[in-house]
Amino acid sequence: MEYSKDEIMTITAAKMLQNGQVCFVGIGLPSAACNLARLTHAPEIVLIYESGTVDTRPDVLPLSIGDDELAETSRMVVSVPEIFNYWLQAGKIDIGFLGGAQIDKYGNINSTVIGEYHKPKVRLPGAGGAPEIAANARQTLVVMRQSPRSFVDKVDFITSAGYLDGGDARQALGIRGEGPVAIITDLGILKPDPVSKEFVLTHTHPGVTVAEVRAQTGWDLKVAPHLATTESPDAHYLHTLRTLNEKTRLAHSQTAANA
Amino acid sequence: MNSPKITSLSAAIAANVQSGQSLALEGFTHLIPFAAAHELIRQGLRDLTLIRMTPDLVYDQLIGAGCVRKIIFSWGGNPGVGSLHRFRDAYEQGYPQPLEIEEYSHAAMANAYQAGASGLPFAVLRGFLGTDLARLNPEHIRWVTCPFTGESLAAVRALQPDVTIIHAQQADREGNVRLWGIVGVQKEAALAAQKVVVTVEEIVDKFEGSANDCIIPHWVINNVALVPKGAAPSYAMGYYKRNNAFYLAWDEIARSREGFQQWIAQQILSNPQH
Repeated sequence: MEYSKDEIMTITAAKMLQNGQVCFVGIGLPSAACNLARLTHAPEIVLIYESGTVDTRPDVLPLSIGDDELAETSRMVVSVPEIFNYWLQAGKIDIGFLGGAQIDKYGNINSTVIGEYHKPKVRLPGAGGAPEIAANARQTLVVMRQSPRSFVDKVDFITSAGYLDGGDARQALGIRGEGPVAIITDLGILKPDPVSKEFVLTHTHPGVTVAEVRAQTGWDLKVAPHLATTESPDAHYLHTLRTLNEKTRLAHSQTAANA
Repeated sequence: MNSPKITSLSAAIAANVQSGQSLALEGFTHLIPFAAAHELIRQGLRDLTLIRMTPDLVYDQLIGAGCVRKIIFSWGGNPGVGSLHRFRDAYEQGYPQPLEIEEYSHAAMANAYQAGASGLPFAVLRGFLGTDLARLNPEHIRWVTCPFTGESLAAVRALQPDVTIIHAQQADREGNVRLWGIVGVQKEAALAAQKVVVTVEEIVDKFEGSANDCIIPHWVINNVALVPKGAAPSYAMGYYKRNNAFYLAWDEIARSREGFQQWIAQQILSNPQH
């Protein structure tokens, strides 16, 4: 079956999740991947959104982090201080699933500004829940489309800590969560070197060459000794994802165009 | 017989809000007090410091209308859509006036409201380690050492707005307020403030839910106003859904100064109903 780059990215990201994991979900690409996992191989995955909805089973993907769809399909809804303090900060989250505008070779994420903080070229939305998700979830996964502008040697601003300057810098600073264990992109998968913590290419998607991935990476990307190819998406995953996206598109286009 | 606290929206805003004050309009995607914000615009309030975790369209409108001097926030975008164009125009180009920002993460702001509601001067959290938010905001994000374990923890000043404005599903005739669904930080923001104004979908004789619901009692509320659809284009669970199509359309409306001015003139200034 034919598939797009975004589809294999989302499906590969979904497959990184295991049934039963407790997952703190960012909006956008992470939300699509987490819900696809729930609708396929991981029906008992627990999805938590920062709006306070716990064990959410939305029929369509939410546009915002607190859509009615999330509240109506969740096991419980708690306050925002509770979700961040009792659940995330206290270490009850297995996987934090994040996206971002920029990421660097040590997995630090920027979602704040391009350029100088006080004189930005582009002012981005900012941190939201990401810094504490990145720090306090046991592990994090990142899903992002790859380009030289978004995969950079050093981010303009560290919104969410990855491995900082590499090596044991993260641990030495006292950050509790292990950190980003994989970046899933539209071209392949990057994982941190066990010692230097620099992200290296471990998988390419079928038909993607190493040269292509390197061309879309802003640092001198290293390749793992045993480079593997990710599985092609099978029909079941593709069908489930397309149905979910189509239902979402229809739902978001409904209701009047005036406040 | 309704309590005298239950007034019109315009009377509630006029009685409790003045130019130059700090205001929190909370509601985490759900129950955003849009109608009250529109009334702030119509009453011509200026130089406000606006506090809100997710500024959303509601602060984009207030900023574009020239009401705002500073915002305190943790995520400033149009959720799932993109930028807040009026916010960016003010911050990057100084239009219609320069905008000062004070920036946190969600966890920090949630804790800062909680500290404010608890009467404490600051909040403590395990956060900001290794981030530039802490490095570039030393005025607002500092470090304290745990007196028991020696762990270094982030500290942020308590948020104590002059006025908190929220929207809820119901009030009773005494002016007690009940909300449900995603309750966000409304209770904390209300209890942290000097004054509290609440708009509601409905006024009922008696609450049907349980005493465990999020209830804000009348004696901490200054005024309640009945404003059906007061949270649109966000939503009120049990009453109406989020108008996602409007959130998508806002990107185009707010992209240009002219488009925005036209929208504000037609939809807000000449429309006292919402």
